[in-house]
Parts: sequence; structure tokens; C-alpha cells
Amino acid sequence: MNSKIGYLIAIALLLTAPLVIYPVFLMKLLCFALFASAFNLILGYGGLLSFGHAAFFGGAAYVTGHALKVWGLPTELGILTGTAAAGILGLLIGMIAIRRQGIYFAMITLAMAQMVYFLFISAPFTGGENGLQGVPRGTALGIVDLQNDMNMYYFVLVIFGLAYFLISRTVNSPFGQVLSAIRDNEARATSLGYDVDKYKLLAFVLSSTLAGLAGSTKTVVFQLASLTDAHWHMSGEVVLMTLLGGLGTIVGPSVGAGIIIALQNYLASGPLAAWVPVVLGLIFVACVLAFRRGVVGELREFLKKSF
Amino acid sequence: MSDKGQYILQTQGLTKEFKGFTAVDDVNLNVKRHQIHALIGPNGAGKTTVFNLLTKFLQPTRGKITFNGRDITSAKSAEIARMGVIRSFQISAVFPHMTARENVRVALQRELGTSFHFWRSVKTLNALNARAEELLTSVGLERFADVVVADMSYGRKRALEIATTLAMEPELMLLDEPTQGMGREDVELITQLIRKVSAGRTILMVEHNLGVVSTLCDTITVLQRGAILTEGDYATVSADPRVKEAYMGKAA
Ligand SMILES: Nc1ncnc2c1ncn2[C@@H]1O[C@H](COP(=O)(O)OP(=O)(O)OP(=O)(O)O)[C@@H](O)[C@H]1O
Ligand SMILES: [Mg+2]
Repeated sequence: MNSKIGYLIAIALLLTAPLVIYPVFLMKLLCFALFASAFNLILGYGGLLSFGHAAFFGGAAYVTGHALKVWGLPTELGILTGTAAAGILGLLIGMIAIRRQGIYFAMITLAMAQMVYFLFISAPFTGGENGLQGVPRGTALGIVDLQNDMNMYYFVLVIFGLAYFLISRTVNSPFGQVLSAIRDNEARATSLGYDVDKYKLLAFVLSSTLAGLAGSTKTVVFQLASLTDAHWHMSGEVVLMTLLGGLGTIVGPSVGAGIIIALQNYLASGPLAAWVPVVLGLIFVACVLAFRRGVVGELREFLKKSF
Repeated sequence: MSDKGQYILQTQGLTKEFKGFTAVDDVNLNVKRHQIHALIGPNGAGKTTVFNLLTKFLQPTRGKITFNGRDITSAKSAEIARMGVIRSFQISAVFPHMTARENVRVALQRELGTSFHFWRSVKTLNALNARAEELLTSVGLERFADVVVADMSYGRKRALEIATTLAMEPELMLLDEPTQGMGREDVELITQLIRKVSAGRTILMVEHNLGVVSTLCDTITVLQRGAILTEGDYATVSADPRVKEAYMGKAA
């Protein structure tokens, strides 16, 4: 009941936000909120720390950029192509990594993502250091002009809404039940007849596909795909957003992404621009040491205790 | 059923070596259908390792395992579970962040064939609630269906574990020290529960509490340093001087 009211308020705010706040900033926020929510599916609900999610975000960004700019596909199809590419990449990397546990899983995903990164540096279609610039935004459904920031914002909002619904549905599905059983006690899940690797692989592919959707959408918004999207910094940033917001909570990652993006934007325009990494580092330390549940997790705990 | 023979589970020359150390040494186990069979022995005798081999959580170094006359030596853990061999663990094996009902339902839901369906609502599993609650009732946990398991007492967690195992309708249950770390009342409760659920099933259990073993078990196999020391019913085994010796210095 309470969460329904919460969602209605959130929807109302999201619908009216661009009247007050610069829409491009809001779109960036939504893209990263989606990226972090997708990432949370594998870390928070799958219990696996991937350190290579930039490969999916960046990979989809390039594929969508290429599909729109060079192939001239309609915007929706361009986004879907990039998203599917990220899913396929997720399947390939997942099949190699999924048997590993803990730190080995993190190391393998990082190594694979670095390979993808070096591929992008040397591949001709990525535009090297310059990236893919001037990607056309095109139209939505062939009629709505996305060059208009307001139109673009609502287009992004629809994508975010659908993906967000799919993520929360996944968590609250028969599959989600098995996934949380595996995260809680993998050996027991095996002894109940579940081939746990297959379930983890599906979670990984879903997570990488949706991370790709975030990257593709970001390319359309900024009309740019660049090496930054695929750099390991990006993998680290999404870990930070998820931890800060609250691991394994549905809204947490979006909140975390909001805080980080807002901080970056705010600090970058002031005299503290050079200190952004330090501030993020401090937040990370604070999360690990003091607020393990993240903003949303701590808040929920606080509410539970006081009522 | 009878054509499958009198033994449900057999091992031949089952051996496990860890870097030159032999934890399980040439074990020939014969578990009769519809019996409660105990595996006892001092700490470190290799009892848990035998369970891990039977359920393929570990690969045997040598030897053969047959279940209902079928060679399962190279089957995978999850496959063996699906054949009807369900194990419990020495430490309690529950899903702590889920409710008691959800714990049991996870075991039931595989039969719906929707366990990979991430687009379906979890509400579709409500069809299994009645069965889940029936199972919870059978272990005396009907009032705890909605309790998150992390908040339950140790004895109740172990009872829940049995309910979850029963949900799989196992032909053979492997219980690793089901009464370990329990007070007298809980031990009594679990003992009765095991007797109740043993109807129509076979149980192979590791148990340190000899009182429990003497009341429950038809056949007892004594393991020492990985090898079978002796085998028989409680009277035979407890009269064996070698068994007394093996337990000397331990809580006999
Ligand atoms: N994975 C492993 N690697 C190396 N040695 C192991 C491993 N698992 C068990 N062992 C060793 O094998 C021997 C038998 O262990 P096991 O756990 O099977 O004993 P147990 O009979 O179950 O004892 P307890 O009554 O204490 O539960 C022990 O010496 C143990 O240290
Ligand atoms: Mg043991």
C-alpha cells in the first residue's frame, strides 16, 4: 500500500521534473539509474560481483551508435540492436565466468571487459579516441522528433519505466525465488535439484542486456559513444552507485545513481572539479565502513526499528 | 518396486583421497530399502565426506555408487537430487532471507516448470501454498509460515529443513547430524519427526547421539579413519569391543 503511494509520487515527480530541471541532466540520471538497477540484478540478487559491466554498457553504446549513424536504422531498432549485442556478449562472458565464485568471478569479468575495451580502442568502427560523434537521435515511432529535449526525455522515461518494471518483476517472479534461494544457500539449492549455474547465467544475461539498454539509450541522448563508456572506471562507478543506494533493494541503485550523478555534475562546475574522484572515494569508504546497507537499506532498517 | 532389489543404495570400493590423505577408504555400503540406517564414528571419521561423495558434492577418487541398481557415479549433484536422493547438511540448510513458506515452496516449485520464468509474477506460486502449509504443519511449524527464517530458533530451522526435504518427496533422505547442537527437548522432537517421515522411505543418517541411534536405526555402520569398522544392529555394534575402543576418549 505504502509502496504504491510512493510509486505514484515518484511517477508524478518524474513526469513534471523536466519543467524545473534541465532535461539532459535528468536523462543522464535515468540512464545511470537503469544501469545501476540492471547491475543490482546480478550483484544484489544474484550475489555475484561483476567487475566488467562497462563492457555491456559501452558495447551497446557503440553498436547503437554505429547502427544509427552508419546503417541509418530507426532509433528504436538501433537501441534494440545495441541491447541485443550486450545480451550476446553477456552470454559469452557469463558462460566463461559463471562457474567461478567471489573474487575469481570479479577478476574474470574484469579481464574479459578489458579485452573488450582494447578491442574498441583498435577497432576501426569505434572512432578511437574521438569516439562515435554526431549520432542522430531520429524520431520515436517515426513521428515524434527526438531532437527536442522534452520529447527525448519522455522517450527515455518510457524506456526506464519498462525496464524498471521488468527488473522488479524478475526479482518477484518464480525465477527470482530460485535466485534468492541460490544467493542464500547455493549448496542447498543444488541439493533441491536446481542446476544453479544455469540460473546464475540467466541472471547475468538479463543484467548485461539491461545494462546494454542503458548504454544504448545514453548514446541516443548524448549522440555520442566513447571509450569512457567501456572503461573500467565505469564498471567501478556502477558498483559504487549500487552500494551507495542499497544492495538488493529495488529503488536503491536508482537513488545511488542519482546521488553520484548529481555530485559529479555539481562538483564538476565548481572549484572542486579536480576533487571528484576523492569525494567518490570517500563516499565509497563511508559505505563500506558505516552504511553497509546503503541509503535505502539503512532507511528501511530505521523505519522498521522505529515503528 | 520390488524388482529394483532389496538395496536402494550401494557403494563398491568408495574411496576419497585428499592430497595423499585417505578420508574415505574402500567403503562398501549397502542401504536396505525402507530402513533407517545410521552412519556413526568419531570426529573426522569421514562421515560427511561419504555424504558429499554420495551426492557428488565431491568426486570419488575410486569406487562406484549405485542407486536403485543404476550407476550414479558420474551423475551431477542436481541430477541426483532430481532422482530422489535429498540430503541435509551438518550445519542447518535453510534459506535465511526467505519466509518458512517460501523455503518449502522453493522445493515444490520445480514441478511447475516455471522456475526460469522471470516475466511471471511470484503470485503464480500461490497455487503451491496449501501444499507448503501442509508440509509445515507436518513438522509443527504451521504458525511460522510467514516468519523470515533468520529469526527462527535453531530447532525450528532444522524442522523446516526436514519439511523442505519432504517437499521433494525423496525416496532416500541423507541426514547429516540432524540433532547436532540441540537441547534435549528439540532432540526428542526431531527424533519423533524422523520416525514419522521414515514411513515409506529410506533414511541414511549420521548421528552422534547414540540414544537417538538406538531408538531409530535398524542398521548401523561404524566408520573409523575412513574405513568401515563394523556393521549390524544396535545390540551387535554396541557390544563390539572395537567400537568401544574407537570411541574411547570421545564422548561415548
Ligand atoms: N575438502 C577437504 N579437503 C581436505 N581434507 C578434507 C576435506 N573434507 C574433509 N577433509 C578431511 O577428511 C576427514 C574426514 O572429514 P569429515 O568431515 O568427513 O568427518 P566427519 O566424520 O563428518 O566428522 P564430524 O563428526 O566432525 O562431522 C577429516 O580429517 C577432514 O579434515
Ligand atoms: Mg561431519
